[in-house]
Amino acid sequence: MEAGDATATRALGRPDPSRPLVAARPRYGEKLIQALLAGCALISVVTTTAIVISLLAPTIGFFGEVSFGQFFSFDDWAPTQADPTFGVFRIVIGTLSTSLWALLFAVPIGLLSAIYLSEYAKPRVRKLVKPVLEVLAGIPTVALGLFAVTFLSPEIQDVFPSFIKTPPFAAGVAGLAIGLLLVPIIASISDDAMRAVPGGLREGAYALGATKLKVATRVVFPAAISGIVASIVLALSRAVGETMIVLLAAGGTANATFDPGQSVLTMTAFIGKTATGDIATGTITYDTIFAVGSLLFVMTLAMNFVAIRLVRRFREVYE
Amino acid sequence: MSRRTPEPMSERTRLASSGARAAVVGSMNRQPGGDVAKGNIFFALLLLAVGIAMLALAAVIVQSAIKGAPSFGLHLITDGPSTIFPEKAGFRPAIIGSLYLILGVLILVVPIGVGAAVYLEEYADSTRWWNRLIELNIQNLAAVPSIIYGILGLAFIVRGPLSLGFIALAGSLTLSLLVLPTVIIAAREAVRAVPPSIREGSLALGATQWQTIRRQVLPASIPGIATGVILALSRAIGEAAPLLLVGAATFVTFDPQPLSGGYSAMPVQIFNYALRPQDEFKVVAAAGVILMLVVLLAMNSFAIWLRNRYEQQW
Repeated sequence: MEAGDATATRALGRPDPSRPLVAARPRYGEKLIQALLAGCALISVVTTTAIVISLLAPTIGFFGEVSFGQFFSFDDWAPTQADPTFGVFRIVIGTLSTSLWALLFAVPIGLLSAIYLSEYAKPRVRKLVKPVLEVLAGIPTVALGLFAVTFLSPEIQDVFPSFIKTPPFAAGVAGLAIGLLLVPIIASISDDAMRAVPGGLREGAYALGATKLKVATRVVFPAAISGIVASIVLALSRAVGETMIVLLAAGGTANATFDPGQSVLTMTAFIGKTATGDIATGTITYDTIFAVGSLLFVMTLAMNFVAIRLVRRFREVYE
Repeated sequence: MSRRTPEPMSERTRLASSGARAAVVGSMNRQPGGDVAKGNIFFALLLLAVGIAMLALAAVIVQSAIKGAPSFGLHLITDGPSTIFPEKAGFRPAIIGSLYLILGVLILVVPIGVGAAVYLEEYADSTRWWNRLIELNIQNLAAVPSIIYGILGLAFIVRGPLSLGFIALAGSLTLSLLVLPTVIIAAREAVRAVPPSIREGSLALGATQWQTIRRQVLPASIPGIATGVILALSRAIGEAAPLLLVGAATFVTFDPQPLSGGYSAMPVQIFNYALRPQDEFKVVAAAGVILMLVVLLAMNSFAIWLRNRYEQQW
């Protein structure tokens, strides 16, 4: 502090009692630091730009050789063969199939858990359950994929022997494992949304004679609906983008079906499977990875924007 | 005057009042016992849902432990991968590879993530469109599928502008970009939790803005930032999909180097073992899962403990 005062006096020369309350000299160091920090924040914009550029250039190359009609069709999906066909709808449906089965499991479990955590659980129980759900969200997806093929699939086969057509792989098994991953996402965002509903609404409903069940399902749930929908949309986006579980448990045959017992190929599984080898740049196979990646990016981007808007809405109303 | 009252309105009013009447009559006639039963059934349903979620977590851990138990031993850490002898197959190169990857992520992500968070919270004027763009962008990046980051790494880091090749540093950079949004969001929350009065006090004593940030705001937000960083690192350790695209899939039998040659990583090695048709290798994969889960659970518990321990009440 003393050193600072000394330099300040020296820099000023003579003390002027009438000097205005602004810095005596411009602080270039401060400006430099601000610029550096802004640079850190700009890296995120650079990342997005780089993602778009890296997807776009090969995708344009891809559509130079394959027409839109060939790509967006129900033809066979066989891009690596000598006589390639590119019916992308087959792997889009594969993706939607695993995501659908994941959501069918995760939405009821996740929402009921959220209602429990926000409306019924005592603070002590809540403090125990929430971290456990967080840990569930942190399990590596490879571990969930392995769990699906070595445990879920054989167990399902024991109970329903002819359910899985190509054991141990099936869209439903992969979907169930993805569902485990989605439960904490849905539960935690929906719980936040329901807790943001002001207590006055609950008290008002109780005063009118509503039961606890009615308060939870007819007052709090509808009031938090935008956050709840956001959590489901985010979960869907996560399910569509999930790779390791489907690589391990969904099989890899490009069947255009929603049958949970069939093996399917998803968009992410195609990318993960095809891009592992040393494929040469500029080949049609290499470009196909990027074309599928672009479609995946656009799909998840749309879902994320919807979710971000919905989350913003419930935050604005109640905070 | 009477003609000005629109006909549909009175119809609606009539319907509404008769509806309300029906509801009141209905609720007065209802057996209170039915409500209690319904409430209890619903509560049981809630407990069942939470129970299934908790049971799933326990099942994943217990099943991996049981499945992997036969191949558990020191050779998991000391031996390299093997295609022929599952009893000798281990994770040594993968563990070393993962350590390099995580070290790289730590070095890259902490300064950039905290820097970006400080800029957005302390300097940025959120009414400016570019700052709003950065915020929206970070929110969106946090939800981009990890395999897309793999494509970015392949096109921009392994090949293209940076052309690093399939080395561990390329993997580190890719994982850093992947977890950066999570770190920024966590660090912003930690910085925001420091009350404005602390800043105002410091500024009133003549400190510059950067002095205030460095001496007051950052020290107060370290626990929150550390929690976010640990959670992000544990995500980076378990992430396999983007690494498949930036070269970690190669079958590595030697100790990897950070800046040259092939490398492997723990989750990718587990994936390799899990893909083999022989059940013995699935056992090795399960043992690897347990190894990884122990590390991740320790990190997560430490992060949660840190958050609870240093949650400061101003």
